[in-house]
Amino acid sequence: MADTIVALSSGPPPAAIGVIRLSGPQAFAAASAVAGPLPEPRRAAVRRLRHRGLVLDQALVLVFPAPGSATGEDLVEFHVHGGLAVVEAVERALLAQPGVTAAAPGAFTRRALENGKLDLAQVEALGDLLAAQTDAQHRAAVAGTEGLLRRTIDDFTAELLGVAASVEVALDFADEEDAEAASDTELRDRLERLRKRMQARLEQPLVEALHRGFRVVLAGSPNRGKSTLLNALAGREMAIVSPVAGTTRDRIEVSVAHEGVPFVLTDTAGLRTASDDPIEAIGIDRAREAIERADVILWLEDELPLPRPDAVRVASHADVVDRVAPADAIAVSGVTGAGLAELWAAIHRAVASKLPPEDGSALNRRQHRELATAADEIAAAAQAGDLLLVAEHLRQARSALDRVTGAAGVEAMLDQLFGRFCIGK
Amino acid sequence: MQFDVIVIGGGHAGTEAAAATARRGASTALVSFDPSTIGSMSCNPAIGGLGKGHLVREVDAFDGLIARAADVAGLHYRMLNRSKGSAVQGPRVQADRRRYAATIRTMLSRETRLTIVKGEAASLIVTGGGAAGVMLADGTALSGKAVVLATGTFLGGRIFRGELRADGGRIGEPAATRLADQLRGLSLPMARLKTGTPPRLDGRTIDWARLPVQPSDDDPWTMSPMTDRRVLPQLSCAVTRTNARTHEIIAGALDRSPLFSGAIGAQGPRYCPSIEDKIHRFADRDGHQVFLEPEGIDDRLVYPNGISTSLPDDVQREMIASIEGLERARIVTPGYAVEYDHIDPRALDRSLAVPAMPGLYMAGQVNGTTGYEEAAAQGLVAGLNAAAHACGLAPVGFDRATSYIGVMVDDLTLQGVTEPYRMLTARAEYRLHLRANNAETRLSAVAAAAGCLSSARLERMRVRERARGEVDEWLGQTRTPHELRLAGAEVALDGTRRTLAEWLRFAQVTPAQLLQGLEAEASVVGEAVEDARYAPYLERQAAEVASLHDEQVRLSNAIDYGAIAGLSNEMVERLSAAMPDTLAAASRIRGVTPAALTAILLHVRRRAA
Repeated sequence: MADTIVALSSGPPPAAIGVIRLSGPQAFAAASAVAGPLPEPRRAAVRRLRHRGLVLDQALVLVFPAPGSATGEDLVEFHVHGGLAVVEAVERALLAQPGVTAAAPGAFTRRALENGKLDLAQVEALGDLLAAQTDAQHRAAVAGTEGLLRRTIDDFTAELLGVAASVEVALDFADEEDAEAASDTELRDRLERLRKRMQARLEQPLVEALHRGFRVVLAGSPNRGKSTLLNALAGREMAIVSPVAGTTRDRIEVSVAHEGVPFVLTDTAGLRTASDDPIEAIGIDRAREAIERADVILWLEDELPLPRPDAVRVASHADVVDRVAPADAIAVSGVTGAGLAELWAAIHRAVASKLPPEDGSALNRRQHRELATAADEIAAAAQAGDLLLVAEHLRQARSALDRVTGAAGVEAMLDQLFGRFCIGK
Repeated sequence: MQFDVIVIGGGHAGTEAAAATARRGASTALVSFDPSTIGSMSCNPAIGGLGKGHLVREVDAFDGLIARAADVAGLHYRMLNRSKGSAVQGPRVQADRRRYAATIRTMLSRETRLTIVKGEAASLIVTGGGAAGVMLADGTALSGKAVVLATGTFLGGRIFRGELRADGGRIGEPAATRLADQLRGLSLPMARLKTGTPPRLDGRTIDWARLPVQPSDDDPWTMSPMTDRRVLPQLSCAVTRTNARTHEIIAGALDRSPLFSGAIGAQGPRYCPSIEDKIHRFADRDGHQVFLEPEGIDDRLVYPNGISTSLPDDVQREMIASIEGLERARIVTPGYAVEYDHIDPRALDRSLAVPAMPGLYMAGQVNGTTGYEEAAAQGLVAGLNAAAHACGLAPVGFDRATSYIGVMVDDLTLQGVTEPYRMLTARAEYRLHLRANNAETRLSAVAAAAGCLSSARLERMRVRERARGEVDEWLGQTRTPHELRLAGAEVALDGTRRTLAEWLRFAQVTPAQLLQGLEAEASVVGEAVEDARYAPYLERQAAEVASLHDEQVRLSNAIDYGAIAGLSNEMVERLSAAMPDTLAAASRIRGVTPAALTAILLHVRRRAA
């Protein structure tokens, strides 16, 4: 049975709207697990998307039963707010459902094709598109071979192949004197060291941090001048600024680049504990979520304690006469621009540790996933008692790493084996 | 003379192919230079081993020859990896060389549909682009609807020993150079490989008393389950080793080895390096093991395994004399290296047929493999399918998930070879399932459907199936942790009632604690216990297999990969050489990406539209 696949099928975020498609036999089950009861076929309806008790977004949901869908399978489309945070969160929620996997490049087209949903002209056009896609992959691969990332992964691979070879030599050449397996503890030590090195790499920021921008969230109770500050930081009128408390009822995202670093500024609805206005209440929920996921929090409160120890306290309205800013705050005026430079410096300081290395060694999300799989399999190998099962986990780890670099197969391991052990009667 | 199938070559591939076609009911001719050499073991007298033993058992599951002949001739049995999981246990037998070959000839003579034809196969008879028979050197024409080429290293073979050069496959036999020329004319892709052998020693001149021995296994297992018991008295092997003096002699003569003088350019097997290679590449070792394997019960020849060489005679003598226990050993036949042609097996399909010439099949060393077992397994595949082609029977396919034969055929036809291909358990991703001791369970049904099982084998199959059913029923019973404690297993008292099969996964639980009172054949019980222990892994692998729906997408061998936009040159080259038959096969070729697969699928659908 085919997997159910999910992917963002509109352009890369941030954008006004992101269209996430989910196709396959489990599509409806997975969609309703996240969106609740699904609307009638081919009728758009608004649904609140939740995962693990957290509201992710309010989205337009469309349902297309097989075979009357673009792929010919059960298909669900989610039109979500197009910020990367939202898209990522919704994708993650769907991937957590049983039977759902991330779509490989071209997978939706393939299914459409397999189910006879494309005519000849469309096929021609898609062929060109795919050609472009593989060219891009090729270019990326070539660029990657020079990069530090490639070196890092190759380094892991070499070590993994070395351990795998010492296990395989014990399995496949048991009758040769050279083929004595490394001792159990030696093997486990090597695996544990390798896993730790991978873990350290996994904890480094992903390359997507640069693509998507760092999330800077402006938070505080209503009418603290968040929208004014956002406009000042963005250098354009994005949020509606009015003196009525609670004007920003939903959150607003703006992408800006400052000194070469991309940021997504999020203006949240003010954090009032209770609101009579239901729409504003939703906005407040989402503000809390935005705060949880923020890279930098600008806390526009003079007295309330910081929501996170690393939040930056900002005293807005610095242009107002008689305003006394708290000692630990950066005083800023969205109107005059006073204090903005200092605030930007603080923002840069806050994200410095989250910047992926610029030497090309940063992982992207897919690479991160495969490396994490490899690390998990290595941990399992270190636990396994039966040498055969150690080998099985190491095989899974090898194929995960192979999926990162595209290098492949049992031959690479055999090269190590025959290179290091004197085998052969 | 008129046959359904003509098999050229009487080695392990040829005999297994001929026997398989005959078992399927095809009238078969087996053509050999010299019928008295049919069934010869041209290299070491051992059959089986790791990965190889799996192949032997699989061929045997089709009622092939190799396992039963090895049992008749077996003079030393050793189960490799006995202490490890049974998936990597490799049964190996040292066979009496003369008895082995004689047994093969006897088994062939019992096949009523099989005729042995003495002669040199000079050329293929080709009609309408398809293979239609074989022309012998004496002018005799053998016509047939299918031809299996199992010509080993006879194809363009060239022997090297020191400064000496000779044409031929094995010492003392002519090479099939005329057939080779014709195959070149077919413009099949070809390449050269090399292999080698050690000098053969006169056992009466070895000082056995000084050397440690390796006895034959005590427990009376056999290569084929159809063998009742071992018939020959069991001999021991002895072990000695090379030393600093040996290495000095070899290092001093490297310039006289054709391997190092540049005379041999072809790639040899990495897992079976010559002693020259070992000393050159692993210069830090102070010695290498040499196994002294008797070639027969009443045969004075001894095969010193581990010192294959192509050094000149005088150096070989000096080298042997430097080894403990061999000081006075006499060399009967010096070692030598052979360089030979093989066809690029990517030119073959999964039935080992040559699509460029319908009716022509290739098996064995000619496809770039090494080893009796690899050859025998290919002979089986080619034979079963040549018979199918000739007699309108169903083809027999092998896949990676159910047999080592499938792994080998897939590797050969998709990836090709860069060194003589040898089976290793590491090549099988479904290794936990592909065990030497469950070959019958995996393959009997396929073999029965192909109509190549004897009535005795079919009866055995039915008995085993019934026994397995009873064992599975037993393992389906449930027990509480408390009951397990009473049986002597120190499991945690978590209150969970589990089936016996589930309990077997616990490290604290031994099969004996759960199987008391169960009466069934030990091999069936052992198999069920292994299945239960590896169940979570086997289930995961079964899911992997089930998700390969790309197996359903057929690819024709007329696809012009160069015309598909988006494929890199490297992908085009590899895909064109292998001509994968399904999209799943294409996905296994190194370097082919998911996007490339979609591009291929688009291309296929566009052509179909």
